[in-house]
Amino acid sequence: MAGFILKRILSSVPTLFGVLTLVFLLVRVVPGDPALAILGDNASEQALQAFREQMGLNEPIWQQYLSFLAQLASGSLGNSMVTGDPVFGAVLKVLPHTLQLTVFALFIGVIFGVPLGIWSALRRDTWVDYTCRLVSLVGISFPSFLIAIVLILLFAIEIPLFPVISNPEDTVASSLYNLVLPGMSLGLIMTAFVMRTARSSYLNVSSEDYIRTAKSKGTPRHIIIFRHALRNALIPIVTVVGLYMGLLIGNSVLTEIVFNRPGLGKLIVLSLNLRDYSMLQGLMIVYAFMVVLVNLITDLTYGLFDPRVTYS
Amino acid sequence: MRTDSLNKRFFSWVFNLNPLTALTALGLVIFSLILVVSLAAPIVAPYDPLEQNILNRLQGASSDHWLGTDVFGRDTLSRILHGAQISLVIGLTSTGIALVAGTGLGIVAGYYGGWTDIVLMRLMDILLAFPTLITGLLIVAVLGTNPINIVIAIAITLLPNFARVARAPTITLKEREFIESCRALGYSDIRIMGVHILPNVIGEVVVLASLWTASAIMIEAYLSFIGLGVAPPTPTLGGMIRQGLENILDTPWVTIYPGFAVMFIVLALNLIGDGVRDAIDPKAGGRS
Repeated sequence: MAGFILKRILSSVPTLFGVLTLVFLLVRVVPGDPALAILGDNASEQALQAFREQMGLNEPIWQQYLSFLAQLASGSLGNSMVTGDPVFGAVLKVLPHTLQLTVFALFIGVIFGVPLGIWSALRRDTWVDYTCRLVSLVGISFPSFLIAIVLILLFAIEIPLFPVISNPEDTVASSLYNLVLPGMSLGLIMTAFVMRTARSSYLNVSSEDYIRTAKSKGTPRHIIIFRHALRNALIPIVTVVGLYMGLLIGNSVLTEIVFNRPGLGKLIVLSLNLRDYSMLQGLMIVYAFMVVLVNLITDLTYGLFDPRVTYS
Repeated sequence: MRTDSLNKRFFSWVFNLNPLTALTALGLVIFSLILVVSLAAPIVAPYDPLEQNILNRLQGASSDHWLGTDVFGRDTLSRILHGAQISLVIGLTSTGIALVAGTGLGIVAGYYGGWTDIVLMRLMDILLAFPTLITGLLIVAVLGTNPINIVIAIAITLLPNFARVARAPTITLKEREFIESCRALGYSDIRIMGVHILPNVIGEVVVLASLWTASAIMIEAYLSFIGLGVAPPTPTLGGMIRQGLENILDTPWVTIYPGFAVMFIVLALNLIGDGVRDAIDPKAGGRS
């Protein structure tokens, strides 16, 4: 197991290295002089020079690249060009909010999506199936900000159960209370995605020979569904959940804007507006790292459901 | 060979309507309608989408303004029509560019194999290592927010998908006898890839294209919502939603209508994509 994890991490090293290089290059070609953007039009030439000197912007690009790598190797994402505070600290401050949001959405998606998808498959070509399929298709077509807006209108304005602005405080109760609407807005979309996959994956499995054998042996229906079919149908579901997890992490920026909620997305939009290159660079690395991590977790989850998967 | 059977299945599907193909047909009808009406926006829109009328701001639906007016008194329906036009043009061109470039890259990677394959697919992996929206966001921020740059940004985020879909069948195709004989006849690689492999790959790619056009249109709406779309005062659906959000307590419809416009476009494309995929892949028949 440990060997597998290590090998998986090593195999993603070239990709991560490419990611780092791409991020470095992209951030350096952003138009506009960062010194001018941060110090403002009224800054004196000396101040601009001093800023460039301090940020290492005068060095040749390969030297900037080397110091960028050296800095990363020492475990630092550098300091924000605007506030001067460490990027890592700023990320850590908002990361829990984004993680809570995506994990909540994932939870909702699996809790509702898997049973609904299987129900739809079991009632294939009946009105239950058609309704489920249409609803899930509408669900994946909903832009995530639209669901967020509809939820606000219904459950924060018409029936004022939850806050319009999601501003979680430190207590668990407050976090959860502020998480319900934003979490549901992403969670409902996730439910639609999971439903579709669960349905098609279950149908694929249910036409397998071993299911027919189990049926002809007279195995009780619930055992066929839960022990034989569902377990084998879970693998594609896990794959898709992992895939959409990456999508959710990106789309949380929209939810954060609608609910005015702190998070990685709000931070990246802010740093784009402020031209805070070092913050942008750090955030991109964090995003890529999260996607790679989600992929690793997905691979490890296979083993939980399928004993045939060995990690060697 | 492959395309033949694809075509046959496609036509048998068209002539055997059932409730689900009816839904696909519905998608086709909705999409064509939206396409025609939005492309004809300058003619059919009742008002100039930029014409402000401060006395008439934030009006509800009326016989004068079917979908009401926004905070500057601009007609919402006219703005939605013009915004949908931008969404569709950007969505379709970016998917088209991604389709051509991605399919090309995928075929080249699969056909040559070896280092070409490793380098190209690693590059695709790097692009896939970022959440799609974040990639789009950064590319637009780097290039600037004019329509061409937005098209490029969305095309780049879609590119890896097309490359992957085109690469997989190419790898098996290049081992087939008819490709072998092409080589024996001394055909150039470009001719083999373009004339003999491409037609066998394109079916699968095109089927998925309608689903990816849907995501392209979604990304365009997201980018303009964030403020990285086509710059105001040009109406964009995402921009309208964002602006309406500021008055959501008093006049929610200003933000709701353009939101549903995005949803209907995407839904129509998803209906089409699902139906065509089911029709062509008998194994997935009604399963996806």
